[in-house]
Amino acid sequence: MAIEVRDVNKSFGTTPVLRDVSVDVASGSLTALLGPSGGGKSTLLRVIAGLEHPDTGTVRISGVDATRLSPQRRNVGFVFQHYAAFKHMTVFRNVAFGLEIRKRPKDEIRRRVMELLELVHLERMADRYPSQLSGGQRQRMALARALAVEPEVLLLDEPFGALDAQVRKELRTWLRRLHDEVHVTTVFVTHDQEEAIEVADTVVVLADGAVEQVGSPSDVYDNPANPFVMRFLGPVTEIGGSLVRPHDIEISTEPRPGGDEASVTRVVRLGFEVRVELLVDGREAWAQVTRGTAEQLALAPGATVHVRPTPGARSLALTGA
Amino acid sequence: MAESGTIDTSTVDTSTVDTSTGTTAQNGTRGVSRYVLRVIAVGYLFFLLVLPVALIVWRTFGDGLGPFVEALTSSSALHAFQVTLVVALWAVALNTVFGVGAALLLVRHDFPGKRLLGAFVDLPMAVSPVVVGLALILLYGRFSPVGGLLESWGLQIIFSTPGMVLATVFVALPLVVRSVVPVLEELGDEQEQAAHTLGASRFQTFLRITLPGIRSALAYGVVLCLARSLGEYGAVAVVSGRLVDQTQTLTLFVEERFQNFDQPAAFAAATALALLAVVTLLLTRLLRPKD
Repeated sequence: MAIEVRDVNKSFGTTPVLRDVSVDVASGSLTALLGPSGGGKSTLLRVIAGLEHPDTGTVRISGVDATRLSPQRRNVGFVFQHYAAFKHMTVFRNVAFGLEIRKRPKDEIRRRVMELLELVHLERMADRYPSQLSGGQRQRMALARALAVEPEVLLLDEPFGALDAQVRKELRTWLRRLHDEVHVTTVFVTHDQEEAIEVADTVVVLADGAVEQVGSPSDVYDNPANPFVMRFLGPVTEIGGSLVRPHDIEISTEPRPGGDEASVTRVVRLGFEVRVELLVDGREAWAQVTRGTAEQLALAPGATVHVRPTPGARSLALTGA
Repeated sequence: MAESGTIDTSTVDTSTVDTSTGTTAQNGTRGVSRYVLRVIAVGYLFFLLVLPVALIVWRTFGDGLGPFVEALTSSSALHAFQVTLVVALWAVALNTVFGVGAALLLVRHDFPGKRLLGAFVDLPMAVSPVVVGLALILLYGRFSPVGGLLESWGLQIIFSTPGMVLATVFVALPLVVRSVVPVLEELGDEQEQAAHTLGASRFQTFLRITLPGIRSALAYGVVLCLARSLGEYGAVAVVSGRLVDQTQTLTLFVEERFQNFDQPAAFAAATALALLAVVTLLLTRLLRPKD
C-alpha cells in the first residue's frame, strides 16, 4: 500500500471534520476522494500531506509511519486548487524549486525541468511568470513542480475546481493519460461525481467526515452501499419504496409482475433522451427513456402506464421513508 | 462630485461643455466655488508648509553656500549627525526584525493574547513621545531597580545611546508591522505550504517565498521607519539628557543652537533634516506597493 490511513479523527474547535477515517491507497493507483463540500475530503488530503495534524490515528506512506513527520520530510507532491504558484519566479524556477532545495547539480536540474515542462506542454513558457499564464497552464505548471521531486504520492486538492468547464474537461482526460505515463500513486479531491468516475480507478466516498464507501467507479455507481452514495453518484427517483436510477425504470402499457400503476404528468424531450414525469401512488417520480421507447408507448400527459425497476437493476429499499 | 474636485482638471473640461448646452448660471456658480476651494487649499498648504520651509531654506542659503557648509562641519554638528545616524540605524534594524516577526505572528499564527499584541503594536501611535521618554527613565533610570542593576553591570541606558535607541524604537514601532501585515494577509499561506511540501524548511521558505513576497512592503515600512527615527525629538529629548557632543542628535542640535541664538547653525541643520526627509519621502514614493 502506498498510503494507509488508520482511524484518523480531526476536529476544528468543537466541530468534528474527520471521524474514524481509514483508507488504503494502492501503489500506482489513481484514487478520487469524492463527497459534498464540508465532507472532510480536503482535510483528509491535507492530513496525508502533513499540512494538518490528526487528533488521533496514523498515516503511513510507503510503509513508513509519517504521522509525526513534517510535510517537508514526507516526499509528497501537493497541488492546490488555486495553484499556489510562486509569483516572483519564472515557470522554470517554479518547477526547479524542489530540486534547488535538494541541492541537485545545475545541469541535472535543467534537464529534469525541461523534461517535465515538455510533459505538461509548457516547454515554450519556461521564461514566463505565472501571471502571464492561463489558469490551465498555471495548474499544469503546479503539477510539473510537484512531480519534479519524484514524490512517493501525488496529492491534488480540487485541481480543476477553479477552471472553466471546457478546460476542466480537457485537463481531466489529460490527467488520466499523464497518470498512465508516470504511474505515480495519485489521490485527488473532487466534489464532481462525473470527474471522479471518469478519471479515477478507485473512488472513496466521504460524507460528514466519515467514509461511506470505497470501490471502483462502476462499483460505487452500480452497487451503492447506502441511499446517500446512490443519491450522490447520480440521479435517483423513488418508486414502490425503493431508490432507483431513472434509466433503470421500465415503462409498459400492460401490467407486469412487480409493477405499479402510474399516471404520466409531463413528458420532456431532451434531445435523444426523454424525461417522463410520473405520479405513482400519489408520489412524484420520473423515468428516463429513449426517444424510440417514448414514441412506441405513445407517452403523453394523462396516460396511465405501469412502471417497475428493470429486472436485475440495483435498487435500494428505503426504510422508514 | 463637482464640489470636491479641487484639483481634478478633467471636471473643468466637462463643465465648459455643460455651459454651452444650457444651464449657464448654475454651472457658473459651481465653477466659482471650485476655484474658491482650490485657492483655499493651496493657500492653506502655502502658509502652513511651503512658506516656513522656504524661509528656512532662504535663511540657510541667504549668504551663499559657505556659511551652510561651515555650520554643518563644526565638530558639534558632525557629532550630532553621527549620533542621529547611529540611533536611527539601530532603531531601524531592531524595528525591521521585530516588525517582520510580529507581522508573521499576527497573520500566520493563532495564540492566546494575539489581539493584545495587535493593540500593543499600535500603542506608540497614541502615546505622546514625551510620555514614552518619562516611562523609560522610570524603568531604566539610575535610581530604579532595573536601571540600577544594569548600571552595576556597567550598562548605562538613560542619558546614553541605548536609551535613545529604545525611545526611537518605541515611537517607530508600528511602521514596519503595519506596512507588512496587509501584504502578508493578501499573499496567503498556500505558497508557503507548497514550498514545505517541496522539501523547504521553515527558514528556507521564509527566505525564498515569504520575503520576496513582502519585499516592497517591507522596504516601504523600513524607509518610513527611518524617516520617523531621523526626525524624532520628544522621546529622545527626555532620555538623552541633551548632553552636547555626547547624546545630542540633529533635532536636539537644532533646538539647542536656536535657543543659544546661533541661528545660522540651527537653520543649516534644519535644512539638512528637511533634505533628508525629502529624500526618504521620494524613496517611499518609489517603493510604495503598487495598487
